[in-house]
Amino acid sequence: MSIILLDNVHKSFGALKVMDGVSFGVEKGEVFAIIGRSGSGKSTALRCIDRLERIDQGRILVAGHEVSDPALDLRQLRRDVGIVFQSYNLFPHLTAAENIALAPRHSKNKTRAEAAELTERVLAQVGLSDKARSYPEQLSGGQQQRVAIARSLAMEPKVMLFDEVTSALDPQLTGEVLKVMADLAANGMTMVLVTHEMAFARNVAHTTLFMHQGRIWEQGGPEMFDRPQTKELQQFLGAGV
Amino acid sequence: MNSAFNHNHLFFLLQGAGWTLTLSLMAFVGGGLVGFIVALCRVSSIGPVRWMSSAYVQLVQGTPLLILMFLAYFGLSIVGLSLPALVAAGISMTIYVGAYIGEIWRGCIQAVPRTQWEAAECLALSRAQRMRLVILPQALRIATPPTVGFMVQIVKNTSLASVVGFVELTRAGQVVNNSLFEPFVVYMLVAGLYFLLCFPLSWLSRQLERRLLVAPRLEVAAA
Repeated sequence: MSIILLDNVHKSFGALKVMDGVSFGVEKGEVFAIIGRSGSGKSTALRCIDRLERIDQGRILVAGHEVSDPALDLRQLRRDVGIVFQSYNLFPHLTAAENIALAPRHSKNKTRAEAAELTERVLAQVGLSDKARSYPEQLSGGQQQRVAIARSLAMEPKVMLFDEVTSALDPQLTGEVLKVMADLAANGMTMVLVTHEMAFARNVAHTTLFMHQGRIWEQGGPEMFDRPQTKELQQFLGAGV
Repeated sequence: MNSAFNHNHLFFLLQGAGWTLTLSLMAFVGGGLVGFIVALCRVSSIGPVRWMSSAYVQLVQGTPLLILMFLAYFGLSIVGLSLPALVAAGISMTIYVGAYIGEIWRGCIQAVPRTQWEAAECLALSRAQRMRLVILPQALRIATPPTVGFMVQIVKNTSLASVVGFVELTRAGQVVNNSLFEPFVVYMLVAGLYFLLCFPLSWLSRQLERRLLVAPRLEVAAA
């Protein structure tokens, strides 16, 4: 039984078809990478899972929530789904610890003490216990992104989504974020990531999906990188190296 | 009639300045409350709420403050509601300031990046929580310099209350001048008193603006 299921999903922005009959399933504890060129529909697919975009046709099921149902309680969905963005989107007026404690306090009604304990735990998990009192502008990009991951983890989600989370970072800072994500994967977190980090997808993801022109072009395990079946994936991987 | 300017006249002018300050404070508190509600209504997700607040803003911005004063003072007294000049002027200023400051604050709310809304939404915060915990604190920072700057306009515009017979600084100047016939001296003094009220505000506004520009901005780094 898949924890995330997309069934024949269609989505257009005006005349532009960005998802053209996309279907896939993600198992509990699976690390699922989506690769492809810019505009291939991969980020849109991710955003549809968290209902940041509505789909035109098809069905999406996430952790028991019928995402394609217009009457869905979005707050229930978002308590179970964590998402991390390319541009971190930390709240600049709050410290790292306050950023993390905000949603558990107000969305899950945890007590101050519970939230503080949770904050301490997730900050340690991303290796930033000493930055609890720092404001986002006092942190490097890599540190900000790790705080953003910790902020999502504090909601104790069933699924974590990562939308090109290292694309805004210098190569030196990319490593520290990828390490946090690899640790998460090793601990059994269900993760869907849209990424340009081919090495990471190959080494950490159980399944990788190659999207092209709004369709799933190829799908497979790490071996897919060595033996791409389609010309498009060969070209894509070739251009990336 | 031809007695020279003395301390009694000065005291009368200072008293007028006190009333100008009082009316300014009423306008700022009342207008701030109305403006806050207007700003929230202008960014509401409910269409009719947005349209109604927009209509209010358009209506007030297209009406001279002087006419609002006449309506509150003379207009309401015809229909049997005879208000003291201070109250009538206070109401007119509240209506006027509410519309303008509501628009300033709406702009500040909308200046907070969309991605902040999205991030808060993805953390399962309700719309009210997103506004209160994430957007408004950031909007407040953006809003401070233009708000303090607008307070200067409020102080100067209270002078229009002189036409409904409220003895604030301008009216006090007229009264003194009527007995002395020294318009240049008297109105220079009046202008000087207005300047003393306004200059600290405009100075503060500039300082706040400078601090905001110098402070490192996260959004720039993340863009």
